[in-house]
Amino acid sequence: MSKYGIDENGYYGRFGGAYVPEILQKNITELKANYLKIMNDPTFKAELNQLLHDYVGRPTPLYYAKRMSEKYGCKLYLKREDLCHTGAHKLNNALGQLLLAKRMGKTRIVAETGAGQHGVGTATVCALMNMECVVYMGATDVKRQYLNVQRMRMLGAKVVPVTTGNATLKDATNEAIRDWCCNPANTHYIIGSVVGPDPFPDMVARFQSVISEEIKKQLKAQEGRENPDYLIACVGGGSNAAGTFFHYIEDESVKLYAAEAAGEGLEDPTKSAATIHLGREGVLHGSRTLIMMDDDGQITEAFSISAGLDYPGIGPMHAFLADKGRSKVFAVTDEEAMAAALELTKTEGIIPAIESAHALAVLPKCKFKKDDVVVLTVSGRGDKDMNTYADHFHLGE
Amino acid sequence: MNRIDRLFQSGKKDILSIFFTAGFPHLNDTVEIIKTLDKKGVDLIEIGVPFSDPMADGPVIQHSNQVALANGMSQKVLIEQLKNIRKETDIPLIFMGYINPTLQYGFENLCKKAVEIGIDGFIIPDIPLDVYQKEYAEIIKKYDLRFILLVTPETPEERVRLIDEVSSGFVYMVSSASTTGAQQNFNETKQAYFKKIENMNLKNPTLVGFGVSNKETFDAAAAHSRGCIIGSAFVRALEDNPTIEAAAESLISKVRGK
Ligand SMILES: Cc1ncc(COP(=O)(O)O)c(C=O)c1O
Repeated sequence: MSKYGIDENGYYGRFGGAYVPEILQKNITELKANYLKIMNDPTFKAELNQLLHDYVGRPTPLYYAKRMSEKYGCKLYLKREDLCHTGAHKLNNALGQLLLAKRMGKTRIVAETGAGQHGVGTATVCALMNMECVVYMGATDVKRQYLNVQRMRMLGAKVVPVTTGNATLKDATNEAIRDWCCNPANTHYIIGSVVGPDPFPDMVARFQSVISEEIKKQLKAQEGRENPDYLIACVGGGSNAAGTFFHYIEDESVKLYAAEAAGEGLEDPTKSAATIHLGREGVLHGSRTLIMMDDDGQITEAFSISAGLDYPGIGPMHAFLADKGRSKVFAVTDEEAMAAALELTKTEGIIPAIESAHALAVLPKCKFKKDDVVVLTVSGRGDKDMNTYADHFHLGE
Repeated sequence: MNRIDRLFQSGKKDILSIFFTAGFPHLNDTVEIIKTLDKKGVDLIEIGVPFSDPMADGPVIQHSNQVALANGMSQKVLIEQLKNIRKETDIPLIFMGYINPTLQYGFENLCKKAVEIGIDGFIIPDIPLDVYQKEYAEIIKKYDLRFILLVTPETPEERVRLIDEVSSGFVYMVSSASTTGAQQNFNETKQAYFKKIENMNLKNPTLVGFGVSNKETFDAAAAHSRGCIIGSAFVRALEDNPTIEAAAESLISKVRGK
């Protein structure tokens, strides 16, 4: 058995599992029995790979960032997930799960979304495949990310604003799960990250693993070696990081660096989303993992300038990798992320998503050797964040 | 004898079990709600332990959870409120909550406290069968509590058997593929499901819950089980009526049709 992989019961060490009410047991069992079978079917692989190539625009470039490399004294490569169709890595997973749902005979898709990137990705593939699509989104996020709401609507999805709880991502996730409870026969829930009950974390990690599959080939061609010294990615739930790390996890010579959103810092948990630093072990959305909560076990709201990272839980795989010391987790504040976004924009002409900027903000915290090969995943582009950037940098003045 | 067992062994039919959320509508209503329901002839009470993210609940109970938490309800507060409850009533009492708060309190700790104050069992819908067997069944046994598992129309027959094996007290028959409170009448498909479970002759008695709100739904479900559990309809009644007594009367007359 692998040292860091998921076990046959759906656990990474003591993290993971499937804590779902009886009403979802049949769906979860069905999914668990089928996902690997379907994903390993050659006709499925061919269909998915064709669409990843022709539709998503893969492989995404592995770009040698010369000026940034000089600045940080290393060889920095950027894995350009921002160049995926719809603007983020999220589409890799949405497409994969949709094809899988179709093979399982499902006719209706539900999804949750925070920043709206996963919602847009899901709405996009549903348009492509002519499937009914309902996206749950916290009412607060509907306001914060209105452009993405309009994109989903134009794509034909029904966007349902969720007003329960704190009206953000965790509440949208609850609502998507409830919908699935009420429509177990015809509906598949396309979860947006490596979170939720087993087998979702593993399935999403596998659909995102195309990122590290490509890095291996591209790095071999460009550097003459498959393995970098460092991999860096941001973690909200942890799907782009899971994809970036996937084929390197067992190779301990590759350092895995994860950036979580610290909001205003680690001092005040109500102003932070640094779940691995501040969370305790519990169960959220069907998975045993690290969670931001109070003494009574009530889930608290996470806070970050980036709507895609303010989730009060974390994928069980990342809780495990951090616990084992396999990954190193950095807490990146709003200020650090914004500065890093501006730096990449000015030195390389790439405006990253604020989520991705958290990964970039890890660079100044590291001491590299000149020959170190660093691969950093730019998970998405900054178009959706232009209002936030404009406000923050006073671009209108 | 455990009070849940005593109720079912009494041979009573048309059992009425009522759920309410502790701390709703007001923080300190808990004891009065229990006493009132007992006085009005309710057979069993499920005390909802509020959670911020009640995944299996519909809008009415979600709302009551949110209000209860805002009112300051917590497991500690609830246990303090109930410390003398057995001086007031002998009605079977069940804690119904979610796994995360339970784990933070400590599963065994909570069992110990439950026994101390006279709680008879637990319903925790997001502890699935296999996890319960592996991690918690021993503890429940040690404290001689009951742990009620759920079956739904989606549960395959084999699994119903397994759940019946492991469940204690009774088996909670969820009426439909839904969250709590989805209001439907019980059509023929549902009746067929009730009948199917009835004909399986489980070792545990069954109660039907989710969506029971009036005499029609009560009678349809009670015809094939030992009775029903009402949650959302009572929580709503608590909101709509001026007093707890009025809420209980209004709900019970609607269900019993008297
Ligand atoms: C561009 C981008 N990066 C990262 C994330 C965080 O998700 P994950 O941690 O699953 O990669 C999001 C989520 O919305 C996103 O839009």
